[in-house]
Amino acid sequence: MKITQAIKMAFSAILSNKMRSFLTMLGIIIGVLSVTLLVGIVQGATDSVTTQIEDIGGSKLIVNIISPRPSFISLEDLESLENKDGIAKIAPTVSGVDMATSEGSSIDVDISGVTADSSTVDGVKVGSGRFVEDIDNEDRLAVAVIGTKIAKELYGQTDVIGNTFTMLGRSFTIIGVLEADETGNINSTDTNVYIPITLAQRLLKQSTITSFNVTATSVENVAQARKTLEAYLDRNVKPISYESDDDKGYFVFNMGDILTAFNNVMGTMSALLGGIAGISLVVGGIGIMNIMLVSVTERTREIGIRKAIGAKHSDILIQFLIEAVAISVLGGIIGLALGGVTLYALRDIMDLDLKLSFPVSALAIGFSLAIGVIFGIYPANKAAKLRPIDALRYE
Amino acid sequence: MIELRNIRKTYELGGETVHAVDNLTLTIDEHEFVAIIGASGSGKSTLMNIIGCLDGADEGDYILRGQDIASFSEREMATIRNREIGFIFQQFNLLQKLTALENVELPLIYQGHGLGHRKKRAIEALTRVGLAPRMSHRPNQLSGGQQQRVAIARALVTDPAIILADEPTGNLDSGSSREIMALLKELHAAGNTIVLITHDDHIAAQADRRVRLVDGKIVSDSKFPEEVTAS
Repeated sequence: MKITQAIKMAFSAILSNKMRSFLTMLGIIIGVLSVTLLVGIVQGATDSVTTQIEDIGGSKLIVNIISPRPSFISLEDLESLENKDGIAKIAPTVSGVDMATSEGSSIDVDISGVTADSSTVDGVKVGSGRFVEDIDNEDRLAVAVIGTKIAKELYGQTDVIGNTFTMLGRSFTIIGVLEADETGNINSTDTNVYIPITLAQRLLKQSTITSFNVTATSVENVAQARKTLEAYLDRNVKPISYESDDDKGYFVFNMGDILTAFNNVMGTMSALLGGIAGISLVVGGIGIMNIMLVSVTERTREIGIRKAIGAKHSDILIQFLIEAVAISVLGGIIGLALGGVTLYALRDIMDLDLKLSFPVSALAIGFSLAIGVIFGIYPANKAAKLRPIDALRYE
Repeated sequence: MIELRNIRKTYELGGETVHAVDNLTLTIDEHEFVAIIGASGSGKSTLMNIIGCLDGADEGDYILRGQDIASFSEREMATIRNREIGFIFQQFNLLQKLTALENVELPLIYQGHGLGHRKKRAIEALTRVGLAPRMSHRPNQLSGGQQQRVAIARALVTDPAIILADEPTGNLDSGSSREIMALLKELHAAGNTIVLITHDDHIAAQADRRVRLVDGKIVSDSKFPEEVTAS
């Protein structure tokens, strides 16, 4: 018997009992739908966080000093570490919050005292005007670069260079406006104000530097840059305790480390959710097996007739196996289509970058095919093994 | 053509051994029209299953067209059923979900023929039994006699060595019975070998040769060279 003929027979059997076929398929449909949906959402979330982290930069290191005892880190020291031993630039930051006011309007802002390098290290993009320069720091000038939201709130427009506003008890002149932040990140730069770090230290009353961002010369040189930093920090930060390496009084984070850790967590989560959804696929498979067994019993006489007129063991086996596989693969395709539609709908609603990836689709279809074969082989073999005289006698 | 030598088939029934077919020897030549007659329990159905390769004998040889069937595997038996034997059953045994044409095509599907060839031969077979105009009807849209004619077409379509008819008129009224018997005689006249299994002497009388079975043994084997008229 030709395989096309077997497929035709299988489909006519499926179509001759539409309701039952659909209900049997439903198990697989729900299984595949939940696998694609859950894995799709986890992957979408992972991708979006990964892109955000990569935007900030894989070659970036963040140093946090947590020792309560005074440390001896000066702007001059940090400057001297730049451009050697794997370190490209260091951007120390002093941060605080306050309200900015101008002609009766006001807005809460995040203040960052920065150096000229901060724009490159932190990836800040200036839309118009200029960023904080070295000269501003040397003279502790009251100048500010502001986010678009602040400009709109205070002046109703973004063309505001040269205007002044009040913050931290001082009057600041606007020298630049940032590009509007369209990444949708939680830490939007739209409400940030950048001022010279020397001025910020004085106004925010923070004489020591407690955190700074570092860029390595390249992603490969991150380890070397970390070594250089740790050597410097060991000399200048007083440890909380001398007993443990964990109490050195500072932390150096690398975005790559965070990314790896995050990807591990999300990978585990994806496997876990996929696994749980996979169980429903197996349950769907058991449903197929159940119905196929019923079908074999119901069609005993048909099997007898087919065998009497010359169907071989393999002909009957293939006919019933294809029927089981067709049900599960059809269910898989329907589930995948529903999953895809739901993902794309959720993408628009939740504003997440969700998509139906090819590996997930291939896996879902492959898995439903395997389910069809695994749970179809036993009933099919049972049908094929029937002796023609017994099957013909069956009423 | 068919040579059965010392065939024996026993069943265990409620702890008792029943000799359904007991040391039976029978030869049937090509173009013969043989009726195997016996009451229920005489072993005629068992003999039909063995001749039709639906079941194997416990002992003895079965030679069909020079092939020793006794040594055949399950798979080879299926091929013999497909190519050499055309079955006609008392209950017609058509697939209810298929049309008359599709039912007749079925043996050719298992031979691996393509659609065009299948259709052509199935229509030819249906034409021979006079049912071509109803080929797209399903069995439940046909009368008993018509269903049996579809079954005969299905038996004919592979051009088998033997047509094996098991009580072909058992489920039919007398009018349809006459039609079916006339059709079988017509096929015999056209050169087919027909083995008819029946309990009815009147039906058997229409065959050229009558083999009577009692308790799995042949008790008489007579030929009627001249045409015998049915009652």
